[in-house]
Amino acid sequence: MRRFGILVLVLALAMGAFAQASPAAAPATPRLRLATTTSTEQSGLLAYILPYFEKATGYKVEVVAVGTGASLKIGEKGDCDVVLVHARALEDAFMANGFGADRKDVMYNDFIILGPAKDPAGIAKAKSATEALALISKAGSSFISRGDNSGTDVKEKDIWKAAGIAPKGLAWYKETGQGMGPVIMMANELQAYTLADRATWLAMKDKTTLRILSQGDAVLFNPYGIITVSPAKWPTINYAGAKALMDWITGPEGQALIASYRIGGEQCFYLYKR
Amino acid sequence: MKEAFLLLASGDAETWATVLRSLRFSFFSTLFALIPGIPAGVALGGRDFRGRRSLIAVVNALMALPTVVIGLFIYTLISRSGPLGFMSLMYEPGGVVFGQAFLAFPIVVSTTQVGLSKLDPRFRETILTLGAGPWRRLVSTLFEARAALVAAVVATFGRVTGEVGVSMMLGGNIRGTTRTMTTTIALDYNKGEFDRAVSLGLVLLVIALVVNLALHALASHED
Repeated sequence: MRRFGILVLVLALAMGAFAQASPAAAPATPRLRLATTTSTEQSGLLAYILPYFEKATGYKVEVVAVGTGASLKIGEKGDCDVVLVHARALEDAFMANGFGADRKDVMYNDFIILGPAKDPAGIAKAKSATEALALISKAGSSFISRGDNSGTDVKEKDIWKAAGIAPKGLAWYKETGQGMGPVIMMANELQAYTLADRATWLAMKDKTTLRILSQGDAVLFNPYGIITVSPAKWPTINYAGAKALMDWITGPEGQALIASYRIGGEQCFYLYKR
Repeated sequence: MKEAFLLLASGDAETWATVLRSLRFSFFSTLFALIPGIPAGVALGGRDFRGRRSLIAVVNALMALPTVVIGLFIYTLISRSGPLGFMSLMYEPGGVVFGQAFLAFPIVVSTTQVGLSKLDPRFRETILTLGAGPWRRLVSTLFEARAALVAAVVATFGRVTGEVGVSMMLGGNIRGTTRTMTTTIALDYNKGEFDRAVSLGLVLLVIALVVNLALHALASHED
């Protein structure tokens, strides 16, 4: 029995050891947890820029990619140190409720409306995003919605509202609750329309026959912001690391890297004039 | 399919690291489920006592819980805003192992209990008449029911290696720390990249076969 007890003890210690394992580095708490939208991860941007940040500062960033609504929820509950998201209204509410310490604009790109090359609803002629959605609704063409309270989902619902349409529950309107990648693939399989962020589209477009059918409307502007989680709410979080990432990503090195990121030769994210 | 084999054969470091990480999580979660699960199964599979049937019903009901429900339940426990938040298990290997052990526990209890209840009733009487003490009785019983115990280990290990809900919700699919075979497959599906997903699916299949064959060989060897 004693031998068994020792075995359990040793295994428990081994468990602890690998749970704690982290490289020795300059910062006191090198591990930094970032909750973010699926677009920054699935577009490959984070995998491209974060190694530079880690090298420059000694922090080790752990990325949880879930969507804007979920990321902010994770921050609210104190389960991450910093969030990188894209839904300004939700971000402002997060700050107003005292869950965030600091917020900064990071970069932007735009949303686009994708659809089958045949364009059965004829949205390519539409002069605005709201007109495009109105045409889809009028034709009753299939539209795939994220339906997951992500930044893209919030934007999509805003445009439907602006178009004066309540699509929820209609037969041609399919809410999937999936990330941007799967939604683009579903739209491709079903030859349906969908709203996508440009970065994920660039990463996925070789795998589909879809086309960009509507773009350029001011309402499709897609800004990304970074927010440090409030150390006043959660004293044990890695606030120093969160602030370091915020300063780096909005500083010269981070900004230059973001601007230089290309997929298939196309720029994915754009910078604000600072 | 060809790319999937090439990826494995070329020894892609990240793919293999993911395989090893999954196995490590499964090993510990199976272990942590066995430690309380076998005694509980022995208790339920032995002499009848008041409430035994209800307890068995509860265990069987727990087995039917989907992984996302378990994930959600453990999430509320180990989130920093939850009662166990001070342990910092959320989005850590420890959190995944905790959730998987919880998932595995009723499987261990049930397979052990069912195995023991199938033992010849005269066996218990025999060792009692031979004057064995309680400790000795337990060891003999477990030895007699070793096929059931092996089945418990196989079923548990297979279940935790193949589940995705708990790992995704509690681990967060963090590259290099909590990304497992199944969460990688989910991610690759999300990205529309099926080669690595298929290769990991093959590894899962092979692991299931090897674990089953090895443990059954072990059990029949001892007979």
